[in-house]
Amino acid sequence: MRFLLLFSRQGKMRLQKWFMPLTEREKKKVMRDMMMLVLARPPRSSNFLQWRDLKIVYKRYASLYFCAALEEHDNELLALEVLHRYVELLDKYFGNVCELDIIFNFEKAYFILDEFLMGGEVLETSKIAVGVSMEEADTLQEVQYKLSKTFGHWSFSHYSRSCCVISRRWRST
Amino acid sequence: MSVDGPSYFLASLRRRMPAPIRLRELIRTIRTARTQAEEREMIQKECAAIRSSFREEDNTYRCRNVAKLLYMHMLGYPAHFGQLECLKLIASQKFTDKRIGYLGAMLLLDERQDVHLLMTNCIKNDLNHSTQYVQGLALCTLGCMGSSEMCRDLAGEVEKLLKTSNSYLRKKAALCAVHVIRKVPELMEMFLPATKNLLSEKNHGVLHTSVVLLTEMCERSPDMLAHFRKLVPQLVRILKNLIMSGYSPEHDVSGISDPFLQVRILRLLRILGKSDDDSSEAMNDILAQVATNTETSKNVGNAILYETVLTIMDIKSESGLRVLAINILGRFLLNNDKNIRYVALTSLLKTVQTDHNAVQRHRSTIVDCLKDLDVSIKRRAMELSFALVNGNNVRGMMKELLYFLDSCDPEFKADCASGVFLAAEKYAPSKRWHIDTVMRVLTTAGSYVRDDSVPNLIQLITNSVEMHAYTVQRLYKALLDDISQQPLVQVASWCIGEYGDLLLSGQCEEEEPIQVTEDEVLDVLEGLLASNLSTPVTRGYSLTAIMKLSTRFSSVNRIKKVVSVYGSSIDVELQQRAVEYNALFKKYDHMRPALLERMPIMEKTATNGPSEIVQTNGEAEPSAVEAKHPPPVAQPANQANDLLDLLGGNDVVPVIQTSMPTKPASAGGELLDLLGDLSLSGPAPAPSVPSSQPPFLLDGLSSQPLFNDIAPAGIPPMIAYNKNGLKIDFTFERANPNPNVAVITIHATNSTESEMTEFVFQAAVPKTFQLQLLSPSSNVVPALNQGSVTQVIRVLNPQKQQLRMRIKLTYTHKGSPVQDLSEVNNFPPQSWQ
Repeated sequence: MRFLLLFSRQGKMRLQKWFMPLTEREKKKVMRDMMMLVLARPPRSSNFLQWRDLKIVYKRYASLYFCAALEEHDNELLALEVLHRYVELLDKYFGNVCELDIIFNFEKAYFILDEFLMGGEVLETSKIAVGVSMEEADTLQEVQYKLSKTFGHWSFSHYSRSCCVISRRWRST
Repeated sequence: MSVDGPSYFLASLRRRMPAPIRLRELIRTIRTARTQAEEREMIQKECAAIRSSFREEDNTYRCRNVAKLLYMHMLGYPAHFGQLECLKLIASQKFTDKRIGYLGAMLLLDERQDVHLLMTNCIKNDLNHSTQYVQGLALCTLGCMGSSEMCRDLAGEVEKLLKTSNSYLRKKAALCAVHVIRKVPELMEMFLPATKNLLSEKNHGVLHTSVVLLTEMCERSPDMLAHFRKLVPQLVRILKNLIMSGYSPEHDVSGISDPFLQVRILRLLRILGKSDDDSSEAMNDILAQVATNTETSKNVGNAILYETVLTIMDIKSESGLRVLAINILGRFLLNNDKNIRYVALTSLLKTVQTDHNAVQRHRSTIVDCLKDLDVSIKRRAMELSFALVNGNNVRGMMKELLYFLDSCDPEFKADCASGVFLAAEKYAPSKRWHIDTVMRVLTTAGSYVRDDSVPNLIQLITNSVEMHAYTVQRLYKALLDDISQQPLVQVASWCIGEYGDLLLSGQCEEEEPIQVTEDEVLDVLEGLLASNLSTPVTRGYSLTAIMKLSTRFSSVNRIKKVVSVYGSSIDVELQQRAVEYNALFKKYDHMRPALLERMPIMEKTATNGPSEIVQTNGEAEPSAVEAKHPPPVAQPANQANDLLDLLGGNDVVPVIQTSMPTKPASAGGELLDLLGDLSLSGPAPAPSVPSSQPPFLLDGLSSQPLFNDIAPAGIPPMIAYNKNGLKIDFTFERANPNPNVAVITIHATNSTESEMTEFVFQAAVPKTFQLQLLSPSSNVVPALNQGSVTQVIRVLNPQKQQLRMRIKLTYTHKGSPVQDLSEVNNFPPQSWQ
């Protein structure tokens, strides 16, 4: 995969993940082109189109368009599954995800994406594993914050050890 | 802390300044903006606040500020001032900071700027961190946006992590390794030992990423490919387990266990089995199993089937399996789901070359897809239909394709028209059919036809001698209906000019001959000249056609009048033609019949693309007049340049100087003169191209604007030749918009006491290049470096190979002619990279 974009029907970008190096100008141009192409498609057309030398796969979920660009040898039908899996992961994490969740918690959407894909390839195929990693990482973040409030700055290793203890307790409940 | 002093002051300032607002609040506020201007104002205010906060080096709120900055960046506002702050966040000890910092780095930093290299040390430390989530962040960032320098520095750490037993880290390290290999292929060897037992993992995440890593290595190196072939049995086993295993809630997608892993394994098998009989043999069974047992009711099953089909077609599978694969594709074609139909058409396009007959069986379904409403499907169906046309089905297919051409969207018309022409050329069952097809395309999609098809069509018509009367009649009738489609008009006016006499005589055998008078024909042609719909090129065609008719029709006076009227036309091209034709009437009337005779049959040397037109007619035409009247006047202006010779690698024949682009009409004559000049290839000014060199075509360079598009590229100049007082410097520029074209300006200076006259510079380049020499500033190099002769060379280097050049210099010095050959090899790398 070369890039993954999420944008709304009104043309607002909600998430952009680039797996290839481009300048800001080039990125802006690509985003404009993608929005133009995808938003212009009639409702019952196929989910694939050709753009330059890339295959574009897009799918609409409620008010958001998920748009991925694939290389020549990538499997388009599987890419649809990848997009679907990402939506499922978001749904599991946020509980009935909607566009507002992604707007207000865009950094979490990115973190989830980073646990699922890396460098354009699928990183983890298990639905549960991604959720677990997110949980543990969030816990780490929270516990650190709470501990810093009470005890001031500790070294990181202290945090991580206590976080692991706490997270284990959470998972067993 | 003392009560007075700077630190207290700053601290009190901090207390007085409000804390930066939270991310959520900012998002909420921005969303309340009703207009773009309002939003911009809010953002600017917040950016200012963030900037001042950054200036204060406040650790507490840095994370919050960067997060807000990232949000604003996503809306499209500039956020580059946050780049360094991201680096500070990455270096922080807090996990929250690192998370946002790495995210910011991935969004804001760009591997083209040096700033990103500052991350390298932080990433290195974090790769060795005690918390796996921090290590994960570092691996992720490196694996998504690491530049080649970073990858080189950190590859060792990644390799270490690839061998860890922690599956969370191992899978991330594997994909990070993939990225490293993509950026720095030489490092691939380093990861080889770590791949030894990757496939024996149970964890699906690690398995999947390992397969991706192996795929990447096999694709890049044939040695690795050979090395990993032994994994085929293991891969087959894993795939089998996936299919046979029971329900696993973690990996299940609509009843299929881990389709992502299955597809990746199939792809790796494809690469391993290609052109290897043993491996292909080993995977035959499993492929057949997957192909027959996969559930096809949902998209996920079809995704696996699709990959299986691609694998079967690529490896050396047995024929039964191949038939199975094509049948699956055939079933896909009939599927209701548009995506599946699209994918089927794409795969059939890939296999049509190798399994032509099998795909032919599905021809009718494919042709039906031409009528599909979906644009993507129509395009694929069109491409596939053209690939399927052969001698047997050409009539039927052409009917469908012409119908498609009539009704399709404009975006398809150009490609479809070209495709029809190509197919008609290859498989036309009869000349009449061919001309009818061509006519049909011109009349229905005339304005979308590519420019280069006009000369091809003209040549086709010329060569079908028996069809001349029929052709000109049909073209004339088409002109009466519609003069807006330029290619049609151009071909028609050329034909009328050539065969107007046949039109008058009503000799047509194929269909009912029409009755037409000379005046009517001339009316039509004059109408074209005057019409606003005609482009300058078309007008040129019409004027020449009228001129040719002066030898075929009897109303010479009318023609003379028309020609003299256009002698004062504003269009320079038309004016020149009219003036020359006028001169033909006045001073060279005795030559007119010979000059305007019927065009000879042209030989084609290539069937695709612009063809080499060689004049086989050796009719005696005085060379003096030739300089003004090129026989192939109807062809587009740059055709004359097409006859220029480009040289084979070590051949010494130099390139002929091109004519100046403002006088294309005389280029034909100049060419013949130059051939006479070449002492190397023999003195005869034969109009045919010397047979020892393969004819090359100087394509397109002459039509590019010459001097307005050059942007200096900072390439150092060089001395190309320095002997006997003559020094030639090359200076370089790169021409925009085409980065493959290097523009070299030569400066020739003479340090001797006497000047060098009749100075001619010629150059030759290897086959993979194309060269164009423009006219020199003069051909006298003044003595004692008092001036220089400059000349511009344009070199097209599409393959970015190293530039080499052989130059030949001829001049007269102190009364005696001097000739020298030299090779130029010291081109700076920037000139050809």
